This record gives sequence, C-alpha cells and structure tokens, in this order.
Amino acid sequence: MTIDTGAGPRSAATTRGAARALDLLDGPVTDTTLRRYLEGIPGVDAVGLDQRAAGLGTRSIKTTSKAMALDRIIELIDLTTLEGADTPGKVRSLVAKGITPDPSDPTCPRVAAVCVYGDLVPVAIDALGALHAPRSREAGTGPGISVAAVATAFPSGRASLRVKLADVEDAVAGGADEIDMVIDRGAFLAGRYSQVFEEIVAVKEACRRPDGEDAHLKVILEVGELVTYDNVRRASWLAVLAGADFIKTSTGKVTSNATLPVTLLMLEVVRDWHRLTGEKVGVKPAGGIRTSKDAIKYLVTVAETAGEDWLQPHLFRFGASSLLNDVLLQRQKTKSGHYSGADYVTID
Amino acid sequence: MTRLAVPKTYKLYIGGKFPRSESGRTYEVASKDGAFLANAALASRKDARDAVVAARAAVKGWAGTTAYNRGQVLYRIAEVLEGRRAQFADELVRTEGLPAVTAEAAVDLAIDRWVWYAGWADKYAQVLGNGNPVAGPYFNISVPEPTGVVAIVAPQAGPAHSLVGLISAVAPALVSGNTVVVVASQAAPLSAISLGEVLATSDVPGGVVNVLTGSPAEIAPWLASHADVNALDLVGAGALDWVQLQMDAAETLKRVLIPEDGADPAAPSLDRIAAFTETKTVWHTKGLL
Repeated sequence: MTIDTGAGPRSAATTRGAARALDLLDGPVTDTTLRRYLEGIPGVDAVGLDQRAAGLGTRSIKTTSKAMALDRIIELIDLTTLEGADTPGKVRSLVAKGITPDPSDPTCPRVAAVCVYGDLVPVAIDALGALHAPRSREAGTGPGISVAAVATAFPSGRASLRVKLADVEDAVAGGADEIDMVIDRGAFLAGRYSQVFEEIVAVKEACRRPDGEDAHLKVILEVGELVTYDNVRRASWLAVLAGADFIKTSTGKVTSNATLPVTLLMLEVVRDWHRLTGEKVGVKPAGGIRTSKDAIKYLVTVAETAGEDWLQPHLFRFGASSLLNDVLLQRQKTKSGHYSGADYVTID
Repeated sequence: MTRLAVPKTYKLYIGGKFPRSESGRTYEVASKDGAFLANAALASRKDARDAVVAARAAVKGWAGTTAYNRGQVLYRIAEVLEGRRAQFADELVRTEGLPAVTAEAAVDLAIDRWVWYAGWADKYAQVLGNGNPVAGPYFNISVPEPTGVVAIVAPQAGPAHSLVGLISAVAPALVSGNTVVVVASQAAPLSAISLGEVLATSDVPGGVVNVLTGSPAEIAPWLASHADVNALDLVGAGALDWVQLQMDAAETLKRVLIPEDGADPAAPSLDRIAAFTETKTVWHTKGLL
C-alpha cells in the first residue's frame, strides 16, 4: 500500500523533525490535522497480514545461504541488557561478548551495538575502547560497535517531558550513539497525537550533540500496548513523521513483544515512506526473538518488504539478548557438522 | 457382526508428546515370521536433535527433585506397567514370536527391575558417596551427581530384549536424575512406544525419557557427536561401528558404555547407576573444638 498525498518529492535536506510532517499534513501540526491524516490511513487487513507473514516464514534457507544469514543476524544485533540488576561488570562482559561473540572462532562477526540503560553508557564506551564507533550513520558493516541507551523513562514512559528530556540529555552527554525512546502510549491511545508528536520532536532535538552530529533516534512504539494493527500503523506513521531514524516494536518488558506480522506492518510503513520521500527509516524488532530460525524469518521479511538494502546495521536491528547464543550454536553446527550445546557458549 | 479393526499409530515420544517424525518417514514393523504388524516412525537426525533439546530442558527439574521423590516416581512407573501387563506380553508375542508364558515372565522381570531401581534412588548416594579422611579441620565429602543427558542405543535383538533390555538400560540412568534419549530396537520397537505411553501417564515429567524409533545406524552418530549429550550408552550398538561412535563421543568428553552381548544385556547392577554420575567433592571447615 502506498499512500499518495499528492505532495511532490522533497529535498534531502528537510529530514529533520517536524519538517517531514508539514508537507503531508497541509497545515500546522495539531491534534486535528494529525488525526485527520492518521485516521485517514486505510485499516490493516489483519488476516491478510498474518497470512503474508506466515507465508514469508515458510521460506527454506539452507546451507551457504543459512551460513550467510547467521553471520548477518549477528551483525544486526543490538546486544541488550536492561535489568534493574545491571552492574558495570555485567555491561563489561556484555561488551566483551559483543566484540568476540564466539572465542572459538575468529571469523565470527561482531554485533552492531550494545544497548544499556543511560547511566551505564560511559561503562560500555570505556569497555569498548578503540572499538567504539557509531554504526548507525553509514551503510555497510564495519569493525566498530556503537552504544545505544534507552531513555525517556523507559520502559513505561510515564514521566514529565522535562524528566524525559533530562534522561536523554544525560545519555547523549555520556556518549550514547543511539537513543531508544518510548512513546507515551497513554497519550496515543487517548488520541492526543500531537503530544506524542511533540515529544518525539523534542527528544530528537535533545539528541543533538555540540559537535553537530546527533545521536540516532529509535522510537519504541510498544506494540503490545497499542493492541491493534491499525494503531501500530498509525503510530509508525506518527513516529516517522516526527523524525524517527528507526521505529522499534517494543521494550521487551511487556508480555506481547515483536511478532513477525507487526514487524512486516512496520516495514511496509518504512517502505511506503521511502517511496514517498526517498528517505530510509530503520526498523528494529525487539523482545521475544530467541531462535535463529525466527531471526531468519525476519531477514526474509525485510528483504521481501523493504528490500535487501535494509539488511544493514543502519537500517535494521534485532533487539535481543538470548538470540545471540542460539545463533552461535547454529553457527557452530554449520561449521563443525555436529550439534552444539549450551556448554559451548557463555552464560549471560 | 464383524468389527472394523482399529490399528494403532506408533509414534515417537519426545518431550512428553507423541509426534510423528519431522521427516514424515515411517517403516514397517513385521512379526518374527514376516507378517505386517504396524507402521512405526523412522526418526531423523532432527528428531534426535529435538529429543536432546527436550531432555536438556528436563534435566534441571528431574535432577532437582529429592531422591525420595524420584524413587516414588520410578516406582509409579512399575505400578502403571503392572496394570498393562497383558498389552506388553501381547506385543512381545506378536513382535518377537515368544511363547505367551515366556513373554509374561519377561514383562514381570521388566516390572521387577523398575521396582529394584526405584529402590536405589534414595540409597545409591549413601553407597557411592563418601566422607573422606583428611588431615585438617575440614569435612571432606564426595557425593554422586547426575551426569545430565544420556543417549542410549537400546539392545536390538534377542529374546525379550525389546522390553527387558530397554528397561534395563533406561531405568539405571534415571535413578540419579539423568534424562534419557533412547533409540529403541529397530526390529521390535512396539514395546518401547508402549513404554512411552506408560511414562506419559505416570508421574515422570515430559522430556525425562524420550523414545526414538528407527535406524540406530542413522541416529546414533548424531547423538554421539552432539555436544549437548553428556553420556552415551552403546549397550545395543554391537552391530554398529561403535568404535567410531566412541571416537565421536570423545570429541566432547562424553562418558561411554560399550556394547554388551549375551542373554541379559545391561543386567541390573549398581555400576550402571554409577556409570552416569559425576563425583562432586566438597571441603567444609569445621570448628576446632
């Protein structure tokens, strides 16, 4: 589905924040204009979406294709630890695992990023040392690893804008390359779209650094709390209009997390946005992706929906912690010819 | 009025469920004189993989139950077996062509062995463990602990081996808290699948015993080289290239029991329990007074 608004092609310079929206909304950004636009988007054919996702999940990826897929999955992982019990030591071991996922195999690629709470960003940067490099800005996979921080009163987002912005500024000042923010689901569900919009714009501003670069902004929709596919599609458009660099499914802290249909739906939004404006927005499914088999289904879905261009760390990520171990086990199986076991990967 | 026969579908037993082989393959099980008896699932390497995953997941719970409780659960298996004596005797008669009296005696023997091993569950640690003498103010204690996931190639051919041999191989591994993936007798797998039904309806948690039917020659190498299998009992692998299996197992430091011939393979002994245990030794300070 492509939404044709009649708006002409836009210059590449107008990528920032509200500028994206003004063209589409035909007027100032208010609840009324946003609602007119977002609720004017056609509803999602839920049965069709589920079927399409299930169909994409049946592709058989074997032998050399599987080996390539496994390596690519590792290169796309945001290795994550988001527990109340996180310690500097835990973050250092996470970073060590991100740098050398499989000590028994030097050909194993590195993860794209580590994702931690804001206060642990300096610890992660210190542990990465010379390998710390923002991976979000350019295409391709490099040797470095970037540091992502969750912010804006993650995971609930229930705090005043002032507190949320302070949270973001802290993480950016600490050196985070990427900020994972949560939207205010309460405001979204109550129909106060402009409040959600303004918050994303404000957080995007707070991601600016004095040196002119800015931290990449991932906007977490928390699809488990949006309940319907229609809401997910609206929230995706809202986030993209407000200037998100990435749209991310979930926090991993509620019962319903990333699913294949929801990710497919978000990829369709991203694809449509690209057709409309030429801009590429990333997608990050997070939470609940634990097996290589599942992850490969996501790769197929990305390639078939947004295109193979998206299978790069600056446009697609997996938010995961236990996924990496399963990929390593599969990788060891592919290399050695016999099944591996949990004793041959680290305990996280 | 003649009644339409209801032939039984013999499937695998993995993780407490009865799946067909993921490969969709089956093979014909015939009686001693060649008459068709049933179609059994021909397990693939991926079924073996799934079975190991189920067995691994079950280790924590099974090894974590108290020894007394484990004994009760094992005894309960014998109770349920007792209630299905006729079925097991009938299957032995049909698959192995044994005389009815011999078959019934074999079922009794199998049940008695469960009871015997059930009794060991809260006793083997006293016999295999030890308080070691040390020259210092310490307690020094050695206790046996389960090895983990045990893969078993059950006795393949021989009178009543498909039941007695199977049980004699599986029961001792369970006593200490190991979980089991067993490849049943290829020619006579019906008893093994019926045993799966007994296990599913007794108190054994799913995944503690997993039964694969099919070709040991095809499945055993995958189990022998599987890094998540901790021990390998080759009691019924005499006809296979078992030295190669032993070498594969050595790659991941498995405990291996070699094939046994003779009339009663895996005859009951404390050694078979001890074979799948690891000895943990702890030092503990004691007061100087």
